Amino acid sequence: MTDPSSPAPISWRDWLLTAEPHSRRQASLGRAYVTWRRFSENRLAVTGLLIILALVLVAIFADLLAPHSATTGNLAGARLLPPGSPDFLLGTDDQGRDILSRLLVGSRITLAVVALVAIIAAPVGLLIGTVSGFAGGYVDAVLMRITDIFLAFPKLILALAFVAALGPGIENAVIAIALTSWPPYARLARAETLGVRNSDYIAAVRLMGASPARIVIRHIMPMCLSSLIVRVTLDMAGIILTAAGLGFLGLGAQPPLPEWGTMIASGRRFILDQWWVATMPGIAILIVSLGFNLLGDGLRDALDPRESGR
Amino acid sequence: MSHPSAKRTAGLRRSRGILINVGRFVVMLATTYLGLLAVTFFIGRVVPIDPVLAIVGDRAPTAVVERIREEMGFNLPLWQQFLIYLRQALTGDFGTSVLTTNPVMTDIVRVFPATLELATVGTLIGAGLGVPLGVVAAVRRGSIADQIVRIVGLIGYSVPIFWLGLLSLLLFYAKLKWVAYPGRLDVAYEYTFTPITGLYLVDAAWTRQWDVLWDAFRHIILPGTLLGYFSLAYISRMTRSFMLNELGQEYIVAARAKGLSERRIIWFHALRNAAVPLVTVIALSYAGLLEGSVLTETVFSWPGIGLYITNSLQNADMNAVLGGTIVIGSVFITINMLSDLLYRLLDPRTRAK
Repeated sequence: MTDPSSPAPISWRDWLLTAEPHSRRQASLGRAYVTWRRFSENRLAVTGLLIILALVLVAIFADLLAPHSATTGNLAGARLLPPGSPDFLLGTDDQGRDILSRLLVGSRITLAVVALVAIIAAPVGLLIGTVSGFAGGYVDAVLMRITDIFLAFPKLILALAFVAALGPGIENAVIAIALTSWPPYARLARAETLGVRNSDYIAAVRLMGASPARIVIRHIMPMCLSSLIVRVTLDMAGIILTAAGLGFLGLGAQPPLPEWGTMIASGRRFILDQWWVATMPGIAILIVSLGFNLLGDGLRDALDPRESGR
Repeated sequence: MSHPSAKRTAGLRRSRGILINVGRFVVMLATTYLGLLAVTFFIGRVVPIDPVLAIVGDRAPTAVVERIREEMGFNLPLWQQFLIYLRQALTGDFGTSVLTTNPVMTDIVRVFPATLELATVGTLIGAGLGVPLGVVAAVRRGSIADQIVRIVGLIGYSVPIFWLGLLSLLLFYAKLKWVAYPGRLDVAYEYTFTPITGLYLVDAAWTRQWDVLWDAFRHIILPGTLLGYFSLAYISRMTRSFMLNELGQEYIVAARAKGLSERRIIWFHALRNAAVPLVTVIALSYAGLLEGSVLTETVFSWPGIGLYITNSLQNADMNAVLGGTIVIGSVFITINMLSDLLYRLLDPRTRAK
């Protein structure tokens, strides 16, 4: 029907959904398309995606979007103005700084924290999990014991202790959170590895003389990626909350950086009379973590239909 | 299989399976504690550039620094230091708190009941509401009720607990005056009431001081409900998932075919089978609340171990911070592993073969 030498004019949709793809690219694009269709049917998931896209855009264009400076305020004329004041949509804080501008610029910190934690923790977990699952034997036993030990630790407390030793600051908060969040990824990657390590294609690659390192990196790690991405997305909300919690305790980002948790902490003193100073950053945190949770749920349902609705 | 000796060997095999499980549990528990101590040792001794300076401060004269280094054994090789550290930790010696000048262990024993009481109230609320909500959501899958439970759970997963605490204080204490101000008791009772166990609700009820009981209740209800909400989010979600799993099983069809009432099928047959994993989930959420209380206690000035740790943090009191970390970590690990063991023992499908 569809002869490769004289391609009939077919719609994009048919090309993507064909049961006999002519190239790898067509097959993978087709799969992506099916996944996207399943994902986009889920209205909550699309909402989550839009929230995260908005976060990314706001973070990129924060300087253009912010009507005022995020770090220097007008102490004389604009201290603790309520939301809805002319020129200050969400009000101002005790330093006379525009809260909206601080939130917009602060989105960069939030995004940087989740991105950095994901970039550090996910590859570490992936490496440990795949090596452990592929090697088996003593290597597996030792690595998994270490993973289980870290998995059994209370994350927030351990992150607190780490930051206490390293000194407060946003970099150290990122390191501390990353150190406590890799074990679930290792467990997940190991489970996926055990699922494929005895399959025929691995045997074929091995017969062709591939080294263990090549098998793990080129042929096993890609198989773990989709479930890993889902898991990381679902963890993003937790990472944001932990980072904000560290900020609230004065251990994360330091003033005058407009980190949302730190902003809540500094608004705490005025909560009785100027409720908006602490309330607005909390709403921002809530929206963004909700976005990541919705996106993660939707991704899981789209990539793994068996689990959908659970 | 009806042969008596076959039955006996089956029984023997079963108790051996339990023994193996318990043995594995003890080994796992021991190595995990060792790991925890190794990590806290690493945090306390290796991460700071000079642990002595971390203790005495950088303005101490050189002679003092050297004397402390000698006294605390910081000039020994690292592995020897670790062995000494292990011995001290196992005897409950976490050093002295710079802030309170008490041994850290004494402080922790004093503040721990407050955290325990708060986490217990939270778990009771969370499980008491979360399980029925999860069951309803599973039974009426896709209905408005299911959606509401899902949204309530999602918000619970996404909201910063300290922020919600601040707002609830603003609303229920400052504006509506329904609850008491932060702390465990009114100042009037603080000095007249002598706790026995440290769990004020229990102590007040035991000694029949009803006014104290009411006061303690008015103090714990807000932070307790807040923690309860977080455990509700987790418990209701898991309950729903377990129940969906059970409701799809064939024995449910069989029970329906027998003509049992739907209520009996749901609350008796299905929930009973979902109960085993649920016990694990509730235990995990309890452990999570013990940890999560750090932020809540800070907001509500609740004098538990979380507030103790954060106060010590602010004063760079590393002994107290690490001691608190070890205690919360040990409790967390123990509950974690006990629930795992319980799951293995209760669910015949996971017994060692």
